[in-house]
Amino acid sequence: MQWDIVIGLEIHVQLATKTKIFSGSSTAFGAEPNTQASAVDLAMPGTLPVPNEQAFRYAVMFGLAVNADIGRRSVFDRKNYFYPDSPKGYQTTQLDHPIVGPGFVDIDLADGSRKRVRIHHAHLEEDAGKSLHEDFEGMTGIDLNRAGTPLIEIVTEPDLNNAEEAVAFAKKLHSLVSSLGICDGDMSQGSLRFDVNISLKPKGSDTLGTRTETKNLNSFRFMEQAIAHEVDRQMDILEDGGRIVQETRLYNGDRDESRSMRSKEEANDYRYFPCPDLLPVVIDDAFIQSARDLLPELPEARKERFKEQYGLNEYDARLLSDDAGLAAFFEETAKHGKDAKLAANWVLGEFTARMNAEDKTVARAPITGVQLGQLVARIADNTVSSSGAKKVFDALWSGKSTHADDVIEAQGLKQVSDSGALEQMVDEVLAEMPDQVAQYQQETDPKKQKKMLGGFMGPLMKASKGQGNPKLFTEILLKKLNG
Amino acid sequence: MTISREDIEKVAVLARIRLDEEQIPALEKDLGNILSLVDQLSAADTDNVEPLAHPLDAVQRLRADEVTESNQREAFQAIAPATENGLYLVPRVIE
Repeated sequence: MQWDIVIGLEIHVQLATKTKIFSGSSTAFGAEPNTQASAVDLAMPGTLPVPNEQAFRYAVMFGLAVNADIGRRSVFDRKNYFYPDSPKGYQTTQLDHPIVGPGFVDIDLADGSRKRVRIHHAHLEEDAGKSLHEDFEGMTGIDLNRAGTPLIEIVTEPDLNNAEEAVAFAKKLHSLVSSLGICDGDMSQGSLRFDVNISLKPKGSDTLGTRTETKNLNSFRFMEQAIAHEVDRQMDILEDGGRIVQETRLYNGDRDESRSMRSKEEANDYRYFPCPDLLPVVIDDAFIQSARDLLPELPEARKERFKEQYGLNEYDARLLSDDAGLAAFFEETAKHGKDAKLAANWVLGEFTARMNAEDKTVARAPITGVQLGQLVARIADNTVSSSGAKKVFDALWSGKSTHADDVIEAQGLKQVSDSGALEQMVDEVLAEMPDQVAQYQQETDPKKQKKMLGGFMGPLMKASKGQGNPKLFTEILLKKLNG
Repeated sequence: MTISREDIEKVAVLARIRLDEEQIPALEKDLGNILSLVDQLSAADTDNVEPLAHPLDAVQRLRADEVTESNQREAFQAIAPATENGLYLVPRVIE
């Protein structure tokens, strides 16, 4: 049987505020356990929450960026459940009146097509603390530093139909919230967490199947694997005539297996009610404008500008514009490198390859956009060949030097572009290779001729100690050989 | 308005309240009475009334995003039943 896959996502995004959503405790990452957990965060009797204005502003910025309606009057509710990482016994969240209403995000797919994914809504809520199950005999350790960190939970419509689309959407969203500056985007620290709702239905059917939810996926790779795994699991059950149980599942990426989270089933009655400690929050035009004023250039607009301003193609422009950090790096490189396309090639080529190989981020890269730009400028003006440029790049990356010109000078990488000197070398080399010259001149296939040309380049580079400008060598060679 | 024994048992589980068997009949009666009292509200005509999120007709004030809390861990943990390495210890939770 043929099946349609239906996927909806719920994404928890930690907002990059300085303090928590309902208290003035710091949200800085990496503090000693419970040193950033105040009386409000600990749910001490008599404390009252006071919402963080910046959390609302960030949520509104997100809403504006996904073309959504902004909830002019948003209301907090209590979602009741017992778990020790939530000392209040409920999570303060928004059920019926979220801060961000329906909107949409367009994603680009590998085949060049574009798809619109609808956002159902996004609401503000608080994160829970962390439970540490190891190391304490028979006990669980609780760190409440994270408790009360502001989150927006973004809920999509079930508009995604395979893992590729889901991952494309997740990446787009990651790029969006990072560019907006409302989230640090560090997925390894849980700043973005994805829950995936998956169901199958017979191909073409209008009726949705029973769905499962796979929780807390914190990398794009695990997300892709978890979707493939769950689709296979459901397909096996359905094709054997079985039924899917609506449940929450946990995916173990290291073992590529999932299991049901039974403990949650029974407690699934959250008994929501409006939080009596908090009044409705009214968002007026001035507040929305204050959020609009903070909106930076978004990846989509940046991509178009890169195509226009730097003459980049769609593919390069997209790769360079998705991440705000890489985009800024590229613009520095292009500014100092004089040649934007060459700058793009180096940023997406050598620089990106080295970052990936050493698992570095742009912010932690040992070379600046200005430095790479200075190198690109020397490639553009033919001071250094591309093979020489790789040596310069290595020296800059390893921190041996901070300026391309110093490396070129110190390692003697300056290529000879004096055509008189080069012409003399060509004459000498050709004089020593009369057979090859004759062969070349008798050949009629231009493709073969081009190949044979390479046979002269080796000796020429040797004669010039690797410093001859290959472009000029080629020009002179062609002139001489074609007479 | 009545409330069933099953409802009471379920609410007790959700609220982590342990009930003795003999407490349940009295709770059935008391909770039934409370629900009947509240039920009288549904007699009111609310067709043209906006739902109210909060009894106070006021708007929430927001706080500037500035750190105002300092580390009080020692004071808070002095009254905790068990702590270790700065963590609060609770009976093991199996997920």
